[in-house]
Amino acid sequence: MDADRPLLRARGVTRYYGARVGCRDVGLDLWPGEVLGIVGESGSGKTTLLGCLSGRLEPSAGTVEFTGRDGTVVDVLRMPEPALRKLARTDWGIVHQNPRDGLRLGVSAGANVGERLMALGARHYGRIRATAFDWLGRVEIDRERIDDWPETFSSGMQQRLQIARTLVTEPRLVFMDEPTGGLDVSVQARLLDLLRRLVTDLGLSAVIVTHDLAVTRLLAHRLLVMRGGEVVESGLTDQVLDDPQHPYTQLLVSSVLQP
Amino acid sequence: MNAYNFAFLDEQTKRMIRRAILKAVAIPGYQVPFGSREMPLSYGWGTGGVQVTASVIGPDDVLKVIDQGADDTTNAVSIRRFFERTTGVRTTTRTDAASLIQTRHRIPETPLAAGQIVVFQVPIPEPLRWLEPRETETRKMHALEEYGVMHVRLYEDITRHGHVETAYDYPVLVNGRYIMRPSPIPKFDNPKLDRNPALLLFGAGREKRIYAVPPFTSVRSLDFEDHPFTIEHWDQTCALCGAADVFMDEIVVDDKGGRMFVCSDTDFCERRRGR
Amino acid sequence: MLLVEGLHKTFTLHTQGGIQLPVLRGVDLAVYPGECVALTDPSGSGKSTLLRAIYANYRPQRGRILVSHAGGKVDMVEAGPRDLLAVRRLTIGYVSQFLRVIPRVPTLDVVIEPLRAFGVARDEALERGRALLARLRIPERLWSLSPVTFSGGEQQRVNLARGFVADFPILLLDEPTASLDVASRALVVELIRDALARRTAIVGAFHDAEVREALATRTVTLHGAGAAA
Repeated sequence: MDADRPLLRARGVTRYYGARVGCRDVGLDLWPGEVLGIVGESGSGKTTLLGCLSGRLEPSAGTVEFTGRDGTVVDVLRMPEPALRKLARTDWGIVHQNPRDGLRLGVSAGANVGERLMALGARHYGRIRATAFDWLGRVEIDRERIDDWPETFSSGMQQRLQIARTLVTEPRLVFMDEPTGGLDVSVQARLLDLLRRLVTDLGLSAVIVTHDLAVTRLLAHRLLVMRGGEVVESGLTDQVLDDPQHPYTQLLVSSVLQP
Repeated sequence: MNAYNFAFLDEQTKRMIRRAILKAVAIPGYQVPFGSREMPLSYGWGTGGVQVTASVIGPDDVLKVIDQGADDTTNAVSIRRFFERTTGVRTTTRTDAASLIQTRHRIPETPLAAGQIVVFQVPIPEPLRWLEPRETETRKMHALEEYGVMHVRLYEDITRHGHVETAYDYPVLVNGRYIMRPSPIPKFDNPKLDRNPALLLFGAGREKRIYAVPPFTSVRSLDFEDHPFTIEHWDQTCALCGAADVFMDEIVVDDKGGRMFVCSDTDFCERRRGR
Repeated sequence: MLLVEGLHKTFTLHTQGGIQLPVLRGVDLAVYPGECVALTDPSGSGKSTLLRAIYANYRPQRGRILVSHAGGKVDMVEAGPRDLLAVRRLTIGYVSQFLRVIPRVPTLDVVIEPLRAFGVARDEALERGRALLARLRIPERLWSLSPVTFSGGEQQRVNLARGFVADFPILLLDEPTASLDVASRALVVELIRDALARRTAIVGAFHDAEVREALATRTVTLHGAGAAA
């Protein structure tokens, strides 16, 4: 594939909510296989930025371009809705903070994982089920629970199921919004390990929004620090966390409790 | 004395419904919204079907009305009488003699011919409703052919029961494009929809939708490669006429559990018996 | 192979009233393949800072750090994230003083990660990882455990294994023998010697005089004249 085109390129992404700044003039390049973390506290604009990058929010200004599998570049913000919806089901994945937003609760775990495949035309029950079975194992859910409803799962399991459901079509770019938010610490740890392994094994690119620096240390290669809608610092994760330059970044890093 | 317009509905309403029908015929399987009127029967009793019939019926039509295959059940009788009184057209119980057939829950066994129209009574037109309650969303899903969820439904059935449990109102793909609910006809009747020479019209009064399958249109029941669509079979033949390979009703005849199987399509059965 | 020119690094602590700590004031250094340059300043004088700056972990205010990479030269001070990540994957290895432990990853997986990033197939990577762990006398029963419960010496040897498992052309070693006993130190010296024989360019901070003497082809004091001796 390409060495020359980034997978995702954003320039000047700005979004206002009335007079209030959501995010302002954000640019970034994301290359295949890279994980970009966007950190900031509540109200920093990170979720707004994620929404704009994934085409779910319309920015007030700016461009976002995505390079497809065949090398064609699409303008995410000007794409017709059908094409965007299709992209969201195939080459992109979205992992919501609350797994219930990303799952079908009234349908079995296996069906949840198989849905994307069926949406793309898979018509062999046995093979769909086998793929779902395989994926449940990969996200460390007891495979015997393939026919259970997600409502019966713990939140950590639901989150892992959401990940399986999203990754089954091997998307090239995954957007994650606080993927470990709301989970117990030990459950978070397990989930992060899983994400780490999957990112490496599948060569995924990801944009992860989080307020938790430990998550970025573990998962992200690069980091954007946001405050008040603007990017105040960016660089490699270890650069930003070990040698923070901006006063706000230094504050953020020094505020993290070390047990 | 007849204080009502021909076929009860005013001409403007008929025109509106015919326009909806034309659009439905132009887009096979697509649900066309229409201004459903108050009819002298409650929702759930065939108001959609009655409105469609009322809009297409003309003085030269010969009307047949069946309910679960029978001409003589209460509903069939009521609707037939309604049209007799508001139109004065000839009615019949013979499938091959009718130009217009309104039906609830069955397609006649006697093969249909070009030029005939069948009107189906539909309770819920939206096949995706089981999963998606929002009308705004289901419209988008149809528009964008996002039909993965229909197979999810079948998948769930096979998972839970080992086979697709849906026995009636079995979803179909019309003309390779729209997924449609064929109304609560038994899946046994689904194959009859495919490339039928007759015009098939579907009316849902409460839900205010009309859809259509034009003559000779492909209609495929959804399935999986390794769980292909199958229809019901009986080991018995009709106790009255001896027909096999027809849809049968099971009738309890005494208090000791005695039962017999007879053709659900009364006209078909009678004709086989030479009546 | 590695050229440092006029490197300045000052830390500004905004959270503590903005005080400034200048650590590197105009450092020049050139390192060639097969050389082992030992930094000999006392603790706190910036040896770690220099190593981290070369690795682009710390960001200098001024100066250049040129590295031979993929047939060209990359300036670690100016390069963008993508290039830096590529240099770290293929050209520069860094053995820090402390192993950063992710609690649930088995030792063997920790060790082979650089090989996997390099693109080596899993089976081959595992074989090389095992060989190296054996060489560093980490008992086999520990290979499938996370290093989190290991002793300091064991953790350091795992750290070293991870640094040496791939053949980086440039290696940065920050106190590689710090928590090791005499026997282990000898193993590490062997390891470094083999790397030098492979024409690796090494820059290191070696606290232990014996180790330094055994390995260094050149010693450098950062804040003497600030120039390579």
